[in-house]
Amino acid sequence: MQQEFTITIFSENHVGLLNQVTTAFTRRSINIESLNTSESALEGVHKFTIVVFTTREQMDKLVGQLEKKLDVLKVFVFTTDEIIHQELALYKVPTEALLNGNEIEGIVRTYGAQIMEVTPEYTVIQKTGHKAETQELFVKLDKYGVLQFVRSGRISITKLRTELLEKYLRELRTENKIRGIETY
Amino acid sequence: MQPQSQLLMEKNKKGKERISGSEAVLRSLICEGVDLIFGYPGGAIMPVYDALYDYQDKLHHVLTRHEQGAVHAAQGFARVTGKVGVCFATSGPGATNTVTGIADAMIDSTPMVVITGQVASPLLGTDAFQEIDVVGITQPITKWNYLVKTAEEIPEAIAKAFYIASTGRPGPVVIDITKDAQFGEVDFDYEKVNHIRSYIPVPLTKPESVHDAIDIINSAKKPMALVGQGVILGHAEEELREFLDKTGIPAAWTLLGMSAMPTDYPLNVGMLGMHGNYGPNVKTNECDVLIAIGMRFDDRVTGDVSKYAKQAKVIHLEIDPAEVNKIIKADVAVLGSVKDTLPALTKEVKGNTYPEWLAEFKACDKIEDEKVISGEVFPTQEGMTMGEVVHKVSKAFNDDAILVSDVGQHQMMASRYFNFKQSRSNVTSGGLGTMGFGLPAALGAALGAPDRDVCVFIGDGGFQMTIQELGTIWQTRAKVKIIVLNNNFLGMVRQWQELFFDRRYASTELMNPDFQMIAKGFGIESALVDSRDNLDSAIETMAKHDGPYFLEVKVEKEGNVFPMVPAGSSVSDIRLE
Repeated sequence: MQQEFTITIFSENHVGLLNQVTTAFTRRSINIESLNTSESALEGVHKFTIVVFTTREQMDKLVGQLEKKLDVLKVFVFTTDEIIHQELALYKVPTEALLNGNEIEGIVRTYGAQIMEVTPEYTVIQKTGHKAETQELFVKLDKYGVLQFVRSGRISITKLRTELLEKYLRELRTENKIRGIETY
Repeated sequence: MQPQSQLLMEKNKKGKERISGSEAVLRSLICEGVDLIFGYPGGAIMPVYDALYDYQDKLHHVLTRHEQGAVHAAQGFARVTGKVGVCFATSGPGATNTVTGIADAMIDSTPMVVITGQVASPLLGTDAFQEIDVVGITQPITKWNYLVKTAEEIPEAIAKAFYIASTGRPGPVVIDITKDAQFGEVDFDYEKVNHIRSYIPVPLTKPESVHDAIDIINSAKKPMALVGQGVILGHAEEELREFLDKTGIPAAWTLLGMSAMPTDYPLNVGMLGMHGNYGPNVKTNECDVLIAIGMRFDDRVTGDVSKYAKQAKVIHLEIDPAEVNKIIKADVAVLGSVKDTLPALTKEVKGNTYPEWLAEFKACDKIEDEKVISGEVFPTQEGMTMGEVVHKVSKAFNDDAILVSDVGQHQMMASRYFNFKQSRSNVTSGGLGTMGFGLPAALGAALGAPDRDVCVFIGDGGFQMTIQELGTIWQTRAKVKIIVLNNNFLGMVRQWQELFFDRRYASTELMNPDFQMIAKGFGIESALVDSRDNLDSAIETMAKHDGPYFLEVKVEKEGNVFPMVPAGSSVSDIRLE
């Protein structure tokens, strides 16, 4: 059964890492629905957040291939109920649409969005939320003519207290001691 | 002004030597114990070759006739020695010519470091002359790759390359070095790498997995072991032998696991896979416990996975966690190097023998012998068969030569009928199935194991893919015995056309050149055998010849390799004719 997975990849931050990561998806013909990269809470560790639709079996095999990439530290996979996730959307609408009554302002309030910038030509609205919510707002605003629209990749955070990676790195240090390697 | 060389030799405050990036490449290789490099020069790697001029006493460079030849030769060298194969190539076409060999080394887990020259860093991304994105191209086919843009990075990059290529599940590494980095200077200080934070070469073995495996093995009635290349790569031949001796479990080898135990070892029940032996294929679906030792369940081994060993409990001894459950679900996965996990099993497992179970394999052997082997090895018809040539060559070298094979019918015949006494005696392109692999790989094998005999079997098709390496063999006087089994066909494709495409022989018949004249042109002693009457004496002459030798045998045009598990069929449905 295909379902939505959110993959968190922790890696070194080198040139070409995105390529290392994406070739693993390409080989198995898994489409990336959304992608975000950023620094993690740990210094020097980079974090990819990737959303895909696939089966659990494909997912497990993909994780194996990703973790095999030399500069990848660790990969965690979550189903949607295991994480808190958000996306950010920006909408540009003509300012004149706002001047014809206060319908747009009403929509902005209802959807918990914010007006970021107003110029004589255009107004930029920002909303964070799940994809369905930002999409719904797009449909509402598009009645007034959305000039530009962009949605970020998903970012997510686990429902656990700390980063899973910290636990993993602690275990790795213990393992490395067994191997006779002292790591920081 | 001081002369350049004095400047280079000047030591800096820390007492480190200041040398050029190019020299640092060579010094780093020497620090890693390298003494043999296969390569081909060109514009973007010329500074390294220039530095090599002063290091010829320490680093022997073999100039192949094509970069593909250099990579396959490095693979052959690595496979027989267990060391890291090293090659040099220039940027652009030099680098792209190495791609097939790198992909081959990746899928067959061969340790290799490929150093390519790259255009100067200011020219990167400008479509400069002979510029190509080597790191981008080789990313999916290397264990690791890296673009070096300054001389300072060179020692560390090479140290990492050797550590990564040779540890854990081995594989190829590409280091792409810009020309300005080669010309630049570095305070040379070489430190070997023994740890990389994001890389776990050998996963820790869970004691529970060992206990679970022992329990399953101890209660097995019909266990069977599958021996893969992991045993050879892990230098675990002794450990395998001790495990099998104690447990009495029949063991079959994969194409790349060949020579991990002697051919005549009593528990060796032969080869797995599409053209493997009848017994191990059929018994895969009758055993109750399947112990996979350092192998990856390639589709040429498993056939239809939905009908593969469904009745058996599967124990998978594996160094690469990504291989576990990739193809065949393991009931118990024992992660780690087989060098460590096999003794852990041997220590606790109870001693046993399975005479009745082993007799079932023997019964299968008898059937295969009657239906296939006798006719192939001791043919009664006029035309010579590939099997009889392989058998006679193997015997002429006392069943103790290194076998190198190209890809196709002759490869399967060589694998079926060549015999082994010691490990690291089989070099073939397994996963990628690269035609043209054989000749250059044999060159590398011969230079890597100068005290051993090296026989390479090649078809008339594959021979012409890398035939230019006859020049390198001639120049190096590498003692390669080249046996071309000539049937004027791309035999394996023709066999499939015969069996599955109504004998529609589209583009498989070859009009070949006079190979004897070609060998003569390259200065290599040769003989042509077109009748069985001359076969024995020709093989004897070849075996006695001190130096490279080319033997061409005209074999039956339409011989087939059997047994055969047709692609997509179950291993139980193996065809004997």
